[in-house]
Amino acid sequence: MTKYTPPVQGKFGQIVDVIVLLVMTIGALYVPLWMGLAGSAHTSSVPENPTWESLGQNPVMVEKWNQLGYADPASAAELITARFDYSFSVGSLLMMIIVIVGYYAIILRFSENEYREVISEKFGGK
Amino acid sequence: MTDFDITSKTIDGIGPHGAKIGLLRVLGPAHVWALGVGIVLVGEYMGWNFSVGKGGAFAALIACWFAGILYTCVAMIDSEVTSTVAAAGGQYTQAKHIVGPLMAFNVGLYLVFAYTMLEAANAITVGFLMDTVANMTGHEGLDQRPFIILAIMFLAWLNYRGVLATLTFSLVITAIAFSAIIILFLFTSPLLGSDVLQHQALMTDLPYGWLGVLAAMHFGLWYYLGIEGTTQAAEEVRSPARALPFGTLAGIMTLLIAATLTWYVCVGLMPWEYLGQAGVPLFDAARLSGSTFLMVLLGIGTLFATLASANGCINDASRAWFAMGRDHYLPSWFGAVHPKYRTPYRSIIFLVPIALVFALGAPLDQVITFSILSGLLEYTFMPINVIMFRKKWPLDTIKRGYEHPFHPIPAIVLLSLCGITYFAVFLGYGTQLVAMIAFYIVVSLWFHFRRYRFVRRAAQFTMPWPRPQGY
Repeated sequence: MTKYTPPVQGKFGQIVDVIVLLVMTIGALYVPLWMGLAGSAHTSSVPENPTWESLGQNPVMVEKWNQLGYADPASAAELITARFDYSFSVGSLLMMIIVIVGYYAIILRFSENEYREVISEKFGGK
Repeated sequence: MTDFDITSKTIDGIGPHGAKIGLLRVLGPAHVWALGVGIVLVGEYMGWNFSVGKGGAFAALIACWFAGILYTCVAMIDSEVTSTVAAAGGQYTQAKHIVGPLMAFNVGLYLVFAYTMLEAANAITVGFLMDTVANMTGHEGLDQRPFIILAIMFLAWLNYRGVLATLTFSLVITAIAFSAIIILFLFTSPLLGSDVLQHQALMTDLPYGWLGVLAAMHFGLWYYLGIEGTTQAAEEVRSPARALPFGTLAGIMTLLIAATLTWYVCVGLMPWEYLGQAGVPLFDAARLSGSTFLMVLLGIGTLFATLASANGCINDASRAWFAMGRDHYLPSWFGAVHPKYRTPYRSIIFLVPIALVFALGAPLDQVITFSILSGLLEYTFMPINVIMFRKKWPLDTIKRGYEHPFHPIPAIVLLSLCGITYFAVFLGYGTQLVAMIAFYIVVSLWFHFRRYRFVRRAAQFTMPWPRPQGY
């Protein structure tokens, strides 16, 4: 196989690639945050005038809340009643499965093509 | 058996691409243990407790053990491949030799993201701890940002100056942080006559049922995330074939013990609703024990654990970035070694502002989720990697420093547990999961269609191995 000679990348090109990578990196992590798509799906139902009993806390738990700095039930009510929302649709689950499997399928397919080229050049054609 | 012996002391397959200056080989098994445990131990000091929030106390324990099985598979598989592909970049270099360039590029990014986000999470915790201590001493309204910046800058400087000092520092502070957990357990458990633990009164049924147990696997990974980072030291250990498997497997055993003890103490001291959202749960546990000595010790332990972890993360992320630069997967400017300190100094410096951006601007649970997602994608790659490794180079073609038993059972178990964990992340953080994978698809297309043209083909394959079977 003919040996592949890559072009030499100039400084400007290197800087551009770094900027592109930086934008993609920070974008990937921050865009979901900015769009409010990141983070957990939470619900919270704080009762009016909560008491330790209505929040389901026994005397030992109340003692611990007090030691942790929550002197009255109202201050701890939001923490105690916070719950994750685990409801989901089959469609969204299937979408996630397709995205993950599709991602690995693309990666493995492209990698295989590139890998054959590497092995062929390294060890010579069969 | 062929002549390709990776355990040879004269030909170890770690050719630094003809570079005149290579990384310095000064580390032993204890440093490898410290690197692995040092990165991860902070997971016992913060973050693991979000699994209590996702499924309750019992769910967190089940998640702890199942995540332990997941990481035992990771350690077994990783030890075999790493003892053979002993080069900086760890799993990135493995992927390059076994699966292909695009997979390697993705794995390199998983590593950099997982570690840089973990570093950011550590810095956030340092700031949070300082704020908690300030509040307890009557100094409310402390600005956490200087502590976050100082922690990252100091550790980056330490990494810049040399790997031996960096990992020796980690070894000492990791040992102290680990001892603090053991001491907390001994002083609060009935073994020494204490009666402060009140599991019966504080533990409840599963608040979300068995669905919560599945969901808890998400943050269950945090007990151990980063142990696979031991492979990043491959070019800097004196004996990779011995030190890497030994250090990694000893590390996972240490963490299994520490994770179980941490869970036991914490759920016996605070209500699950608080524990599931606490910023520094072990420090809180020490506060609730009523002992000033334990409170000070666990405060120091939290600080040391976060510093050791951030230290290891800078070490690992910079090695992965450096390795990709050296192969031209990234601009080759990053592939430079410092002429005096022999460290990948440009990569170390470049990653500092990225860590700062996230440490100063994103909430802790979301930074942790970013880190976990990158780790999870990496663990999904590992079973694929080891199955292809055994197929392309069966046991009689290359001598391994370590051969993991029962192949392919660990690979199948690991893949199954990864599937469960994807579902766990999907429960509550599904959008973030899809957004992250969308990023990896876009960046993969960028690499395949643009960046890869600058990469020499055969030069990527640096191991002294025979031709892979089937090619």
